[in-house]
Amino acid sequence: SHKHKLDFRKSKDMCLSYIQDAMLQKQWKRAAEFLTFYIESLEKDFSTEHTGPSEIIWRIGTEILCHCSHSNMKEFNSFIEQMKTLGVKRYLKVCLEHAFHLLCNGQTDEAYQSLCLAESWRFGEQTTAQDKELKLIQAYRGLLDYYNWSKQKNALLEYDKDGFEDISVEQEMHNSFRKAALSLKEIIQIPGVWDLFVQCYVDLLEFYGDHEEARQVLSEYAYNSKFPANPNAHVYLYQFLKRHGEPRKSLISVLKILHDIVPSHELMIDFHAMLQKSKKRKKRRLGLEVIFAALDYAGWKENVKAWSCLARQVKQIIISDKHLEWIKQEWNSRKDWWPAFHFSRYLAKRNWQENESLAYEKALVAGIILGKDCKYFKYVSHQGYKDQKKKFRTLKKFVNKHSPVYLRISG
Amino acid sequence: EDYHEHCAQCSEVNWGLTDGGRFYCRTCHNVTERTREFVNSAVTLNTRIQTISKGLRKQEKNDEGWEWYVCEGFQFVLTKQAEALEVLGVCPQMKDEILCNFWRRYLQKSQQAYCNRPAGESIKVLSGCESSTDMDSEPERPSLLHLLPLSESDGDPLTDCSFGSSTGKVSESTSVCSGSVDGSLHFRKNQKDKLRMSMPMTLSFCYMALLWLRESMTLSDLLRFVVEGHIPYLNVFQCFPEKMKLYGLDLKIFCVESWPVYEEVHDKMLHLAAFLELPRFPDITDSCFLHPDMLCMKYLMEANLPDELHNWTCRVVKKIHIGEADFLTFVPENKSTRKVKYDVLAAAVIVVVLKLLFLLDDNYEWLLSDFAEERNKNNKEDGPYFEFKKWYKVIKNSLDMEQRKMDEERAKCLWRCEKPLFYSAKKKSKALKRRQIVVNLQHQFGKLSGSRQSAEKPNPSSFQLNWSEENTEGSCFHGHSLKGILQEKCGLLTAMNPDYWLCTVKLCTEKFCGHLAHYRDLDFPASYHFVLRLFSFLLRIQPSYIHEEVCAIEHKLFNKKLYKKPKYSTGQRK
Repeated sequence: SHKHKLDFRKSKDMCLSYIQDAMLQKQWKRAAEFLTFYIESLEKDFSTEHTGPSEIIWRIGTEILCHCSHSNMKEFNSFIEQMKTLGVKRYLKVCLEHAFHLLCNGQTDEAYQSLCLAESWRFGEQTTAQDKELKLIQAYRGLLDYYNWSKQKNALLEYDKDGFEDISVEQEMHNSFRKAALSLKEIIQIPGVWDLFVQCYVDLLEFYGDHEEARQVLSEYAYNSKFPANPNAHVYLYQFLKRHGEPRKSLISVLKILHDIVPSHELMIDFHAMLQKSKKRKKRRLGLEVIFAALDYAGWKENVKAWSCLARQVKQIIISDKHLEWIKQEWNSRKDWWPAFHFSRYLAKRNWQENESLAYEKALVAGIILGKDCKYFKYVSHQGYKDQKKKFRTLKKFVNKHSPVYLRISG
Repeated sequence: EDYHEHCAQCSEVNWGLTDGGRFYCRTCHNVTERTREFVNSAVTLNTRIQTISKGLRKQEKNDEGWEWYVCEGFQFVLTKQAEALEVLGVCPQMKDEILCNFWRRYLQKSQQAYCNRPAGESIKVLSGCESSTDMDSEPERPSLLHLLPLSESDGDPLTDCSFGSSTGKVSESTSVCSGSVDGSLHFRKNQKDKLRMSMPMTLSFCYMALLWLRESMTLSDLLRFVVEGHIPYLNVFQCFPEKMKLYGLDLKIFCVESWPVYEEVHDKMLHLAAFLELPRFPDITDSCFLHPDMLCMKYLMEANLPDELHNWTCRVVKKIHIGEADFLTFVPENKSTRKVKYDVLAAAVIVVVLKLLFLLDDNYEWLLSDFAEERNKNNKEDGPYFEFKKWYKVIKNSLDMEQRKMDEERAKCLWRCEKPLFYSAKKKSKALKRRQIVVNLQHQFGKLSGSRQSAEKPNPSSFQLNWSEENTEGSCFHGHSLKGILQEKCGLLTAMNPDYWLCTVKLCTEKFCGHLAHYRDLDFPASYHFVLRLFSFLLRIQPSYIHEEVCAIEHKLFNKKLYKKPKYSTGQRK
């Protein structure tokens, strides 16, 4: 007979499931209605589960207020204020999410104030217990400082154009810079994914000419093994180095890592171009590998540039008659599936219809590697021939001329 | 117990009652002139409360409020409940005489345990926490009190408080424990056999009084009215006078966190009646509402079943002698006979009749229904034959809808009221703050939902489901005929159905497991389960209770054949 003692709890659990059902079906009014009946569970907090009623009410209430058409920011803010008082252990988290919400609604100033206020909150051992949230709050506050700095900077530039000067704005700008730089630097020292923060910090450093620090920061972010593997880190470093005219060698070494992590990255084309320009055989060999690897991915199937890169390199190799084995090596692991993946008759038709340049490049590659009798080449060159396109006549001639090559490749 | 004067002779405070109703000092046997007012039988509950309160007020009035005893609280509750019942149509006699007398008798019988200092016994010092854990083992009881920090049990609350002391002033440390004077005593173990008063037991009192008067209200009706809010139960302490402050352990006594359960209220009533040594209750005859013939008629109507079935219920009732006054009437002293639950009994009789006529094996009833349907198609002039299938569809729709409504209502149940509760003065401000937040949030989201504020109570009605013959959809089956399933044999109408299956071949021993039979819906035909579900909804009890009663009836009905027959018995049933 313990069962009947828990009717209060049972009815609140039932109420909660009605709320959840309503939310899943986007029936916000109904969810709000049931929430009103759930709210009194704050007063009898019997829950032994991890998520107590106050957290549930906070999260559900936020969702409902976001979606209910006739609620407004004022109501939302007053709701959040009450949520803050409800759970001291959650205080900073609520503040942080509130700030996000304000940002999403374009209320940057309010968000900034809220973050500043939260930053100065102290509550005995809770302050240390909520250390993570505090750091995040500082970080986002720093981000908003950057945003302010950016605005002030642009304002100054405008004045400058018009020949005006404004000392106060300039001072504010430097203030914002200092605050932003401090916070941003803090947060990116903690292992994690801080793309936005890193970019902003680097932007600040570059503006004030501290390239050395910027490079240091980006290298750390990309190469420190404590940080999670993040392709973007390498991209940022590459872009920075490129901006500052670093030699191709360092650019290549950065992109090499990117290629290892994300062979399908869009920068692979740039990488390939750089590698092709190199005098070193190894680099050009790598280039072939890179371009083949990129085209392994479905997202690249219709990338004309990529195909043209591959086509060009293949053509070069054929003409020079050197390093045919490179193609053979690359083709070896692909011969079983590339034909169906890229060079089917269906794709020939489609490519021809949609994008002649694409068809052209692909036909060249197909013709060389699969031979002039392959479906793809035959179809495309025939179409091109019919349309009397000179390009395709040249292509046909070229492939025919080098047709025995494919035997050596696929043999 | 509410008399704290020092004895003139020995200065002790140790009072008892003489036969004449006067206070006498147990220590030195000095008799006073002071009498207990409630011995006067003409006094109504209300005046009695006032007298006691007046008495207290004369003694002690501080700003904290009156001193009040737990039993006074319950007295209030009972008064309010009786008044509510009167509004529902119960005769005033119930409140003014019957309930009043029962309660008085209870106080008398149990006051021995409530008194100051039973001779020879020294007061045990109890800390607040000790008494709170001293309950019947309820390991998971979600109580306000498990949050009582141990520090609040500092000091000896009882030596300072109440009975022993001459001033009777409630000290600081007691006020932490409970607003009532004896709240912390309420859960002392040795009071168990004295039938400790509780909120569910107030309903046992009410039901007992209703039964005595043979009112037209079954226990399931009573409990339903409680859930629907027509009878004070949840947050009933709101009607306590301002000065009767309620907190701490009082909450555990008076704050209800779940709805009353039929079995519990019924069992408590049986114990109570025996404890009070009540005589045989007034006879339940066939003109009483509680008589199975009457209740069957009511339930048949509510279940939208043909009126003709009533003949059959009466026949079953007669055959197994459950319509006799001796069987139906409540005799508290008689511990051996199984006590009758009138509503469950009537429902079970109907279920048995349905089984007799329709077999309910998930096959035969549909066959019969098809025949009836055929006949109804071809013959539209004479009255329709009852079609089980049609009835099933109609009832299922209604039942599902009503069940859904009820589930939503339960989910929307508000357990708290405006009167904020807190279990100690320290927690008061936090509790008030919380209440404010709750009210604000309710207001905010209430506006958003655009919903009407708190649900209006549904009008109290005896019938939950109503079926009208005027309904042109033809969804009322009262007038339908059973001709299709009956045949005449030897001048008597019998069912065409030759078979019957017993719910159970052997009944359990109630002493061991508390029940005669157990129910698992998977073990039984779906039609049977459906019928149980219907009455389970109407009576607001678990299907297993009805099933149990069905088993009991079947065993009476087929008593002679039972030990001979296998589980699926064929044979005559009359």
